[in-house]
Amino acid sequence: MAAISTIVVLGGLGLLILTSPGWPVFRDSFFNAEVFADSFPDVAEAFWLDIRIFLVVEIVVLVIGLAVALVRTVKLPALFPVRVLAVVYTDVFRGIPTILLVYLIGFGVPAIALGTADDGSQPLDWLPTDPIVLGGFALALSYGAYVAEVYRAGLNSIHRGQRDAALAIGLTERGALRHVIVPQAVRRVGPPLLNDFIALQKDVALISILGVAGEAFRTAQIQTAADFNYTPLVAAALLYLCITIPMARLLDRWERGRARG
Amino acid sequence: MSGPSPGAPVLEFRGVTKAFGELEVLRGINLALREHQAIAVIGASGSGKSTLLRCVDLLEEIDDGDIFLDGEVITDPAVDAVAVRRRLGLIFQAYNLFPHLTALQNVVLGMVRGHGVDRREAEQAARVLLGRFGLAGREHEHPDNLSGGQQQRVAIARAFAARPRAMLLDEVTSALDPELVGEVLAAVRDLKAEGVTMLLATHEMSFAREVADTVCFLHEGRLLEVGAPEQVLESPREPETQRFLRRLLEAGRA
Repeated sequence: MAAISTIVVLGGLGLLILTSPGWPVFRDSFFNAEVFADSFPDVAEAFWLDIRIFLVVEIVVLVIGLAVALVRTVKLPALFPVRVLAVVYTDVFRGIPTILLVYLIGFGVPAIALGTADDGSQPLDWLPTDPIVLGGFALALSYGAYVAEVYRAGLNSIHRGQRDAALAIGLTERGALRHVIVPQAVRRVGPPLLNDFIALQKDVALISILGVAGEAFRTAQIQTAADFNYTPLVAAALLYLCITIPMARLLDRWERGRARG
Repeated sequence: MSGPSPGAPVLEFRGVTKAFGELEVLRGINLALREHQAIAVIGASGSGKSTLLRCVDLLEEIDDGDIFLDGEVITDPAVDAVAVRRRLGLIFQAYNLFPHLTALQNVVLGMVRGHGVDRREAEQAARVLLGRFGLAGREHEHPDNLSGGQQQRVAIARAFAARPRAMLLDEVTSALDPELVGEVLAAVRDLKAEGVTMLLATHEMSFAREVADTVCFLHEGRLLEVGAPEQVLESPREPETQRFLRRLLEAGRA
């Protein structure tokens, strides 16, 4: 029954599109086999850069997120100023659209780095100006704020009795966090973290606005502009799906496993 | 660490007072627990039994008075709480096992990370201890796969692994189904037979009678009656103790 209704619905939709007057033009500009074969190798090669950026940024995000969450969770009086900073950080960076952050940092930091004093010196010329580094940094700050909140929810969900038991067997507060509370919290927030990974993987394309050459979306865009055909963008979309769909299935399986066990 | 002078108590409470906001939970507790002695603290829920044990393990701060361990005051803010807890073993009503670790790892963690025991030695000792409490073959199970009685026996092994100066047992059978109580009590009896010094909060009157050398009745934060189990449980002097025991009898728990 499910199979029949699926065929009817999808078939009907497909027929509607395939018989529409605009279909031949649409097909030629979005699904042109020749252009696809031509552009795919370049877009795929560029996509490798996306994956590398994603992996590096993800590691930075996990570190920033856990550090910020720990600072906000551990109520040591000496950490109060750091805690305030952590609250400001999560509020501000979660509240700004990621694309804006990429602009602000990607164009703002080079402006400061290349600023010239009256005597001709550039005191801050050690700041990074590479758009990949700056774009990656902007993504890391933005996603770090989200992931910090995910971690924090995980840390707060661990029952107080776990800390008591850890102290009772002779661990220090730090040992209790490290061996008892953080491992449990990290296990608990796995699925929501993976969800943020999927979003980050897609948002790597935002770095293209800084004019990063060799990034998948940017490469597809340039090719699209070169021969007025959108097929390279479809090629890029397929490549993103190759990563995000397996991640989504992994997430499903993980959550099913947890629901069972 | 030098041993206690002969006859000196392992644990001693002097005028211990504790309040949560307006609520006074402990009001001037005086009590001494000697080497190899087992003292049972009985009393209604909310009488302060758990708080008393948590104060000894420095999980709660007391407001006034002193608690001594082997003659040294431990409730001074300058005292290293971690070092004190390493000399005590606390068992919780809800077991509080670490769910991400196996039974064996639960027992080993404190020995390795808290007491600096070599991991291999710790695992060897933990295996022996789990076997002693009837858990041979279950070492690699996670707490989720163990019954409540098995979990509490793992918790007993975990608290006892470093051979503490005193064991603190907080209602260790209250969360258990009745048919699982016996196996946990057997483990406690086993510790008592070895001469382990213990302070236990309990609802099980028959157990208090069997294991404890001294029974104390805690009522609204005060120790109303302290004496031999036969005396306190069978011919209590205080009207409050009589009322408490009568209620337990009616509820079928004595």
